[in-house]
Amino acid sequence: MLRLDINGKPFDVDVEEDTPLLWVLRDTVGLKGTKFGCGIAACGACTVHLDGEAVRSCSYPVSEAVGTQITTIEGIGGGSLSPVQQAWIQEQVPQCGYCQSGMIMAVSALLAENPNPNDEEIETSITNICRCGTYPRIKRAIKRAAALKREN
Amino acid sequence: MNRFNLSRRKFLVAGALVGGGLAVGYGFLRNGEADNTALSATTDDGEIALNAWVKVDKYGLVTVAIPRSEMGQGVYTALAMLVAEEMDANFEEVTVEQAPVADIYANITMLKDSLPFSDGYHDGEDTIGAWGMTKIGRFLGVQATGGSTSVRDAWMPMRQAGATAKAMLISAAARTWDVPMAECKVNSGIISHTGTGKNGRFGEFIALAASEAPPRDPVLKKSSEFTLIGTPQPRLDIPSKVDGTAEFGVDIELEGMVHAAVKLSPVLGGTLANHDAAAVKDMPGVLKVVPFENGVAVIANSFWRAKTAVEALPATFHDGPAKEYSSASILAILEENLKSEDARVYAETGEARRELDEAQSPVQAIYKVPYLAHACMEPMNCTAKVTENGVEIWMPNQAPTLIKWFAEKIADVPAENVIVHTPFLGGGFGRRSEIDLVVMAVSIAKEMKNQPVKLLWTRENDIQHDIFRPAAVSRFEGAIGPDGRITSWANRIVSQSTSGSFTARLLPWATMDMPDNTTSEGAADIPYEFANRIVEHVPVKLPIEVGFWRSVGHSFNGFFTESFMDEMAYAAQSDPIDFRLAHLENHQDFTNVLKQLAKVSNWSAPLGQGRARGVALHESFSSIVGQVVEITLNDNREITIDKVYCVIDCGTVVNPDTVKAQMESGIIFGLTAALFGEIEIEDGAVLNSNFPGYEMIRLANCPEIEVHLAPSGRMLGGVGEPGTPPIAPALTNAIFAASGERIRELPVSRSGFIA
Repeated sequence: MLRLDINGKPFDVDVEEDTPLLWVLRDTVGLKGTKFGCGIAACGACTVHLDGEAVRSCSYPVSEAVGTQITTIEGIGGGSLSPVQQAWIQEQVPQCGYCQSGMIMAVSALLAENPNPNDEEIETSITNICRCGTYPRIKRAIKRAAALKREN
Repeated sequence: MNRFNLSRRKFLVAGALVGGGLAVGYGFLRNGEADNTALSATTDDGEIALNAWVKVDKYGLVTVAIPRSEMGQGVYTALAMLVAEEMDANFEEVTVEQAPVADIYANITMLKDSLPFSDGYHDGEDTIGAWGMTKIGRFLGVQATGGSTSVRDAWMPMRQAGATAKAMLISAAARTWDVPMAECKVNSGIISHTGTGKNGRFGEFIALAASEAPPRDPVLKKSSEFTLIGTPQPRLDIPSKVDGTAEFGVDIELEGMVHAAVKLSPVLGGTLANHDAAAVKDMPGVLKVVPFENGVAVIANSFWRAKTAVEALPATFHDGPAKEYSSASILAILEENLKSEDARVYAETGEARRELDEAQSPVQAIYKVPYLAHACMEPMNCTAKVTENGVEIWMPNQAPTLIKWFAEKIADVPAENVIVHTPFLGGGFGRRSEIDLVVMAVSIAKEMKNQPVKLLWTRENDIQHDIFRPAAVSRFEGAIGPDGRITSWANRIVSQSTSGSFTARLLPWATMDMPDNTTSEGAADIPYEFANRIVEHVPVKLPIEVGFWRSVGHSFNGFFTESFMDEMAYAAQSDPIDFRLAHLENHQDFTNVLKQLAKVSNWSAPLGQGRARGVALHESFSSIVGQVVEITLNDNREITIDKVYCVIDCGTVVNPDTVKAQMESGIIFGLTAALFGEIEIEDGAVLNSNFPGYEMIRLANCPEIEVHLAPSGRMLGGVGEPGTPPIAPALTNAIFAASGERIRELPVSRSGFIA
């Protein structure tokens, strides 16, 4: 039995220690907002935070997440919408929406570390794939989110 | 600027599934006749269905049943806008739900667009072929999302549904107040009577409205009276897609559900020979091993355990006929067939062949494109529950009618005991109109009776066992007359038939050796006028399954045609835009798009060193799209795509922000294919396996995109696909302008260019 701290709540899970965190979140704990995209940490759809840092959970053994604070899309707003989520709505970013949980988690981690990233910093740190091609709106939404965070 | 407010909308859409039984409501047929047998929807307490598309609750909340799949193209919002416009509903009090599968929701436009011959329908004429397909469509009742048809097909029936619902509500209000109907009006969901000052919300009249006979011929608004259509509305599905609550097929969770992962024949079309179930039966969570025709599944109590076990499961396969083929040999076969005697003619004017034989120095070129995968972000999945007498399916799909037919067939249960649920689709692009997943899922679930089984493919399964956009080859010969215009144009395309391959999967007994417009679309129906022209296609049969991929035949013919048009412009020593305009004299709408494009892209202004522009113009799915690409090319053959300008005339715009989003999306989808897209086949197996080997555009190499809407009021056009075809030729035409190198084979990475 492993004890996980997810969005501030404890969960005891009975899984193999090498099970990727993604599948524990989705199938064991039932938090479906984190998505499976590639299984090899190539697309970022499964991005969550461990102690505030963005991690691609499809390739991260659950045992290594023990003792960390895990945050998923369900917890990122802390009960309301975070500035990144607000900016995502204001810029009407999502299309199919499947990659957006991972995008929002990756961007949230970036802005926590760098509140005012320039284009180059955004492009090198956000490498998630969006097949619908919402990138132009993502770029705008990141800047809007940075501004919203500054206002708050 | 705050483009869209956050919390104004009370009713969030989170991919809610329609459950429960159907209430008897009032539907109507496409000619406006009442159809009392049709439905609309579930009825929660105090909710009434006024017809197949609209129900209203006692508080006045309007729920619109959407018979199309939401795969990111904004169809939930656009179709709800059509209903709300004619109802004069308050759009903030409108929500949507996925409609069930029923004949009344058939997509007639899609069937008409799939006419295999060119009888004028595709030019907007009311032809006998279109009439016939309408009849067939009503008979078959095929509900599907594709071909950029959703708004086009819904344009009349869903507006009629709104107008009918409004008339019934007004009639009920007039009866309640004992005043003439004609003196009542509706504004933002409130009915009022001018003389008495009485007013009330929709919800107050629903009980009475339900007993009103729907008007046979509801009066629709003139476009000048629209207050909602044409205004940017925030998408109803977006809030759920930023907080993680949107429910995709992969997210379905059911009581007692188990998970299946599969190992499939590496050689396309191969079949399972042997497997050793005993080797994995003691692995954690494993419940059952289920062999099927082209692979073997492990069912376990979690997906990860199923996947781990199926990877460890020893299995051998019989190679299929594809074993003899590789990408190179297939392209050679396609090229060889350029000489075929069996070409089908799709367009012919004058004497192109004779004129070209006599021409001094005709321009010739051969272009090639490879197979492509769809790579939807949500990997393929289907959840099936088979009982003794029925089957229930939860599946992100583009064709619920087909899913229903095949679930019934494989489960071998009565048709009335088949239920199909369509949650959100994490991308579709044509891939989810296929039936392979439902066939596989039901075959597996049959072995776990009464337990829901969620079949999920890995990304490797998805890329290696996609149903691909066909590879294609195209040859052009063109001659230019003394006036600098094209006098003769001969174009021959060689590829597999997409419609033939699709139909053969649905009806293996049918010999579909029919004309297939999807092979020549975007080549036979171009607007440029030449005195002599012939466009032919040679269908080739290969043991590789091909299917519909965003913009279908336009995805390659757009590249072929607009590249050769550019070659001809340079041969004529003419500016590429002026040259195109010279061949569009009788097409004001195309001319307008191209002229606006030249203006917004500042086409005539010189660019700096190492920079260049390319242009392309292409009509597909009844929308005209022109694009200019600006690039920077350095000495190391590194391309930066600096900016894309796009002008679209889709006739009438419903939700402008969605049209822009779809142009951005189509452009990036097409750029990914142009720059990197290539499925490589060796000895019948796909070499690519995941994203690193099937690369996508990402933030770092995504250009700035500027979209301009130029609706002219011409025939209503689609928007989901038309952004894709022009981008590849606009890019390669820019590369030619920058380097003098003509790229005739995609992806451009094959020519050593790096993006």
